[in-house]
Amino acid sequence: MQQTRELQWEHDFDSTLERARREGRHVLLDFSAAPM
Amino acid sequence: MYVDPDVVEFISTNFLPVRAHVREQAEEFKRLGSRFEAQWTPTILLVDPEGTEKHRLEGFLPKEDFLGQLTLGLGHSAFAHGDFAGARRWYDDVLERYPDTEAAPEAQYWTGVSEYKETGDAAALAATARRFTDRYSDTSWAKKSAVWKS
Repeated sequence: MQQTRELQWEHDFDSTLERARREGRHVLLDFSAAPM
Repeated sequence: MYVDPDVVEFISTNFLPVRAHVREQAEEFKRLGSRFEAQWTPTILLVDPEGTEKHRLEGFLPKEDFLGQLTLGLGHSAFAHGDFAGARRWYDDVLERYPDTEAAPEAQYWTGVSEYKETGDAAALAATARRFTDRYSDTSWAKKSAVWKS
């Protein structure tokens, strides 16, 4: 059976941006109203 | 959208994803919404490692358009940082993988600009303008490039 991979959303923008700086990556920031 | 395996793979590879939910993280939604002037959902921002917004999507898009826009945004970010060769790679990816999306003519325009910025050769702009006669001729990007025809 194929496993479904899910996105690992973060919810703390500031700490994620700090990590992005360290790793030289971009942040994808999603303003959402989708059901959780 | 975010359960599609191709979308999950692309985002996981290229981004650190953060979600601010209008109800579940109301305070954070309000704080970040004010910081980035996001007034609507969905609003999706590409934020570079310095914390600067480099590309914005508002509203839902089909998968190919969504991935095309994310790829385009990475090109714009590379361009803004002066990495013109890197920008061209992202723009070429848009043209190769998402040629039927609205991101494609924009990528075709900017790949020409990136080549010019990288090489200083104005022939790159003229070639881009000619390319628009073959494809995406009815887009605003074709109009913008028309001035480069020699």
